[in-house]
Amino acid sequence: MAPVTDAGIGLVAEEFPGAPVVGPRRTSRPLRAARRRRQRIIRWCVVAAVMAFFVIPLVAMVDFTTRLLSGKRSAITWKSLLHFSTVDEDTRALLSDGLKSSVILVLLTVVIMLVLLVPTMVWVRLRAPRLVRLVEFVCLLPLTIPAIVLVVGLAPIYRGIAHILSTKAIWLCFAYVILVLPYAYRALDAGLSAIDVKTLSEAARSLGSSWPGVIWHIVLPNIRSAVAGACFLAVALVLGEFTIANLLSKNNLQTSLVQLGAADPRLAMALALITLLLAFLLFFVLSSFGSRRRTGTSSPEKRSARKSLKAVPAAGPTIGKATR
Amino acid sequence: MTAAQKSNSARAGVRVQLQNLRRSFGEVHALAGMDLDISPGELVVLLGPSGCGKTTALRVLAGLEDADAGAVVVGGRDISSVPTSKRDMGMVFQAYSLFPHMTARDNVAFGLRLRGQGAGQRRRTAEEFLELVGLDHHADRYAHQMSGGQQQRVALARALAIRPQVLLLDEPLSALDAKVRVQLRDEIRRIQLEVGITTLFVTHDQDEALAVADRVGVMKDGRIEQIDAPEVIYTRPANDFVASFVGLTNRLRGVATGERAVVLDSTVPLLPGSPAAGDITALIRPEAIRLVPIPPGTDGPAFASVVATSFLGAHGQVQARLPDGTLLLARMGVAEVAGLSVNDTVHVQISPNPVLATRTAIEPHRRTAETMSS
Amino acid sequence: MAVVPTSLPGAPGRPAGLLRRVAPGLGAAPFLIYSAVFLLLPTAIVVIGAFRAEDGGFSLVNIKQLSDPSAIDALRNSVVLSLVTAVIGAVVGAVVAYVLTTAAPNGVLRRVVTAASSVLAQFGGALLAFAFIATVGTNGLLTRSLTTVGITIAPDFLSTLGGLIPVYLYFQIPLMVIVFLPAVDGMRIQWREATEMFGGSTWAFWRHVGGPLLLPSFLGSTLLLFANAFSAYATAAALISQYNPLIALQIRGAIISETGSGAPNFAKALALVMVVVVAIVMFLYFWLQKRTSRWLR
Repeated sequence: MAPVTDAGIGLVAEEFPGAPVVGPRRTSRPLRAARRRRQRIIRWCVVAAVMAFFVIPLVAMVDFTTRLLSGKRSAITWKSLLHFSTVDEDTRALLSDGLKSSVILVLLTVVIMLVLLVPTMVWVRLRAPRLVRLVEFVCLLPLTIPAIVLVVGLAPIYRGIAHILSTKAIWLCFAYVILVLPYAYRALDAGLSAIDVKTLSEAARSLGSSWPGVIWHIVLPNIRSAVAGACFLAVALVLGEFTIANLLSKNNLQTSLVQLGAADPRLAMALALITLLLAFLLFFVLSSFGSRRRTGTSSPEKRSARKSLKAVPAAGPTIGKATR
Repeated sequence: MTAAQKSNSARAGVRVQLQNLRRSFGEVHALAGMDLDISPGELVVLLGPSGCGKTTALRVLAGLEDADAGAVVVGGRDISSVPTSKRDMGMVFQAYSLFPHMTARDNVAFGLRLRGQGAGQRRRTAEEFLELVGLDHHADRYAHQMSGGQQQRVALARALAIRPQVLLLDEPLSALDAKVRVQLRDEIRRIQLEVGITTLFVTHDQDEALAVADRVGVMKDGRIEQIDAPEVIYTRPANDFVASFVGLTNRLRGVATGERAVVLDSTVPLLPGSPAAGDITALIRPEAIRLVPIPPGTDGPAFASVVATSFLGAHGQVQARLPDGTLLLARMGVAEVAGLSVNDTVHVQISPNPVLATRTAIEPHRRTAETMSS
Repeated sequence: MAVVPTSLPGAPGRPAGLLRRVAPGLGAAPFLIYSAVFLLLPTAIVVIGAFRAEDGGFSLVNIKQLSDPSAIDALRNSVVLSLVTAVIGAVVGAVVAYVLTTAAPNGVLRRVVTAASSVLAQFGGALLAFAFIATVGTNGLLTRSLTTVGITIAPDFLSTLGGLIPVYLYFQIPLMVIVFLPAVDGMRIQWREATEMFGGSTWAFWRHVGGPLLLPSFLGSTLLLFANAFSAYATAAALISQYNPLIALQIRGAIISETGSGAPNFAKALALVMVVVVAIVMFLYFWLQKRTSRWLR
C-alpha cells in the first residue's frame, strides 16, 4: 500500500511490509476528537453570527422605548404602561378596543375551529375514509391561497355579513378559522394518527359504546395534546394577524399597534416588545411540554403528544400568513 | 478469473493486531486493555452482550473512533494515526448504509469512483462483485426497492469491490429476519473464504458466531474473556461467563474431588479452572444429559420428574424437575423424547464430557427454577 | 365503503340505498359547507371577478390593466425581492440547520435555536416593522452607531426594496431552519461513515452523497421561501404607506381606491396573478417533497 501522503493528518510509519513493528506509536492527536472540537467551534461561531443578526433588532427595540428624542434615557414609556390610566384617552380607547377584539377573536376562532375540525376529522377517519383526501386538500388549500388574495374575495362576503350580523371586528373569526386550518389540521392529524382511531373506536363499539360516546370518551381524551397544540397555533395566528383586519378596515391588536405607531411610536414599540416576549414564552412552554413528554414511555397519549407538538414548531409552510 | 480469485491473488490476507486498546467514555470503560491478533485470511468473530466493547473495537480498527491508548497494526504497520479514508478497509454496517440515491451498481462502484477508476472499468468491476453476491440482475435497483437481505448483500459487494486489506462487519445480520439471517451468514462465510480476506465480524448472536468463525472472541466489559475455535469455546469454556453466554447451560450441584466431580450420581471430569474440592456448581450442556425412564415410585437425588417435552425438528427437548426443585433442560433424540410424558419419573444421566464448574455460593436451599442460562 | 355495524345493540339500523351511501359523507358536510363559503367562494370571486367588467359581463379589461407600468414594476419587484430573500435565506438557513444537526439532539443549543426559529418565523408583520424601525430607522440604534463610524443609512431606507431585504430575511431564515432541518436530520450517519471507509474526504461526501441527497429538499425549501415572501403583506404595508412597489401592496391600493383605476375589478386581477404564481411554486414544492421523502425516510 502506498504510504499516506495526506500531510497534516499524520504520517504512516514507512516500514517495509512484513517487518516487525517497532512498537505502538502515536504521531498525532486523536483524529476524531480533533474533528469533534473543530465542529463545535464552527457550530458556535455560526450560531453566534446569525444570532447577532436576530438579536440586534430586539435590542434596538428596547433601546427605542427608553430613549427620548434628546438622547437621554428614560423609563417614561414603561412607567406609563404600568399606570395605564395615565395614557391619553384616544390611545387607550384604540388599544383596548384592539385588544378586546383580538381576545374575543381568539376565543371565537378556537371554538369554531375545534367544533368544525375535530368531529369532522374523526368522523371522516372512521366512517368516510374516501373523504380523508378531500378534507386534507381543503385544509391545506389556504397554504396556496395567501391571506392577501383571500381578503379580496372576502370583501363582498363581509359586506353581506355586515348586513346580517354587524360590522364588528369579531366576525373576522370566520376568516381566521380558514387561515388556521392548515396548521390545526396537521396538529390534529398527527394526534389522530398516533392513536389509531380506527382500532380504538372498534374496540369501544364492540363493548357497546355509541358513536358520540366514542368521540367524547375515547378519542378526545387521547388527542388532548394535539388539540392543545392546535389551540396554541390558533392563538399565535389570531394575535399576529394584520392583513385581513387591515384590508377589511377592522380594528384588532395588530392594526391598533400600527395606528399607534404613527401617533406614539415609543408606546407602540413597548407594546410590540411585550407581545413578542409573550410569544417566546408561549413557544418555550410548548417545547418544554414536548420534551418532557419525550422522556416518558411510549404510551399512545405520549406518542401523540410528541408528534403533535413536533407539528407545532415545524409548522411547515407558513406562506401567505396574514401576520406577514 | 472471477472477481474473488482476482482479489485473492492480488493480495493474500494481512495480519491485523489490536494491541492493548483502551477507550473510556467518562466512567464507562468500553475497552479495557483489549488484545487481538488476527491471522491473514482468518475470520474472527467478536461475540458478547451489548456494551461489551465489541463494536467499539471494530470501529477503532476502522478509524471511526479513536482509542485512548493502544495501537492498531495492520500488515506490520502501525496505522493508529491514519485517518479512516486512508485505511483501505471495507465495512458492512448493520443497516441503512446504502446510498439511497444510487442504484446497486453505483453503490458498489462508489469506492472505485473515489479511487479514480474509469467509468467502463467501474461498471465491469461492480457487476462482477454483484454477481459474486448473486445480485447481478438487481444492478439497476435502488435500496428502497430491495429487501433487507438484498441490501446487505449489495453492501458486502460494495465493501469488497475496493479490494480492501481487511473486511469489517458490524452486526450485519441483526436487522434481518431469522431465516434470511441464516442464509446470508453462510453466504458471507463462503465469499470470505473464496476471497481470502482477513475479516472481523461483530455480533451478539452466538449461533451466528459459532457458525461462521475461524475463531470466536467472547468479550465482556471491554476485554476478551476467551478466544478459541468455536468447538473449543463451546465444549471447553474458560469461565462461567463464557459457558453461560454461549449455548444453554444447566447448573447442577455437585462435589469436586481433585480433577473430577460427582454430580447427581454421575462422575464427570472437570475442566481446568474449576475448583478442586468442595461444593461446586457444574455447568452442563443439555445434550450431555440423558433422561432414562424408570418405574414410578422410585426415589433418589438423581431422579427427576418430567415437566414438559418439546419437538424441535432435528432433536427433542425435555424439561425435568429434580427433587430439590431445580429445573433442568435435556436435549435428546426425537425417538427418546417421544417415549416420555409429563410426570414420568426419569433417571438423570450425565455424559462424562469435561465440564466447567464454579464454587457454589453458600445460600439457602433453592426451590426456584431458573438454573438454565443461554 | 363505510362499515355500519348492524348486529350490535344500539347500532343504527341500515338506511336504504342512496341514503346509506351518502350518510357517511354527511358527517363532513358542516366542514365542507363552511370551507365552501369562506374559502372556495372567495377564491371563486377572485378568479371569476378578474374577468368581469363593470356591468357583470365577461371582459379582459382587468387583465389588460395588468400591463400597466406600475403593475409590471410591482410584479417584477415582488419577484426579485422574493427571489433574493429566498436564496439568501435558504443558504443561511441551510447552514444553520446543518450546524444544528452536528449538535446534541436534545442539547441546549438545538432546542433554543429551534424554539427561537419557530417564534421568529411567525413574527408578526407589524412587530417586525417596528423592530427594524428601531434598528435602521431615522433614529435607529444601528443608524446612530454607524454614523459614528462614518456610514450613513438613508432615512427612507426601510421604504425601499433594498431595505426590505434584511426585514424579510428576519422571517425567511428561521422558516428555512424549520423546514429544512428534518431533511438534514434524515441524513444517516452511516452514509458519512461509509464514504469515509471508501476513501472519501469531506468534500467527496458532499459532492457525491450529501449534496445530491439534500438538493431536492433544498430546492423545495427555497421555493417555499419564495412563495412566502411573494405573498407577504403586513410588514411591507406597515413600512411603506406612500406608494405600492409590490404586488401585495398594489392589491391594497386597488382595494382602497375604489374609483382610482379604470378597471373595476383590478384588485381581483392582481390577486389572480398572485394566486397563480404561488400555486405553481407550491405545486413544485409538494412534488419535490414527495420525491425526497422516499430517500430520507
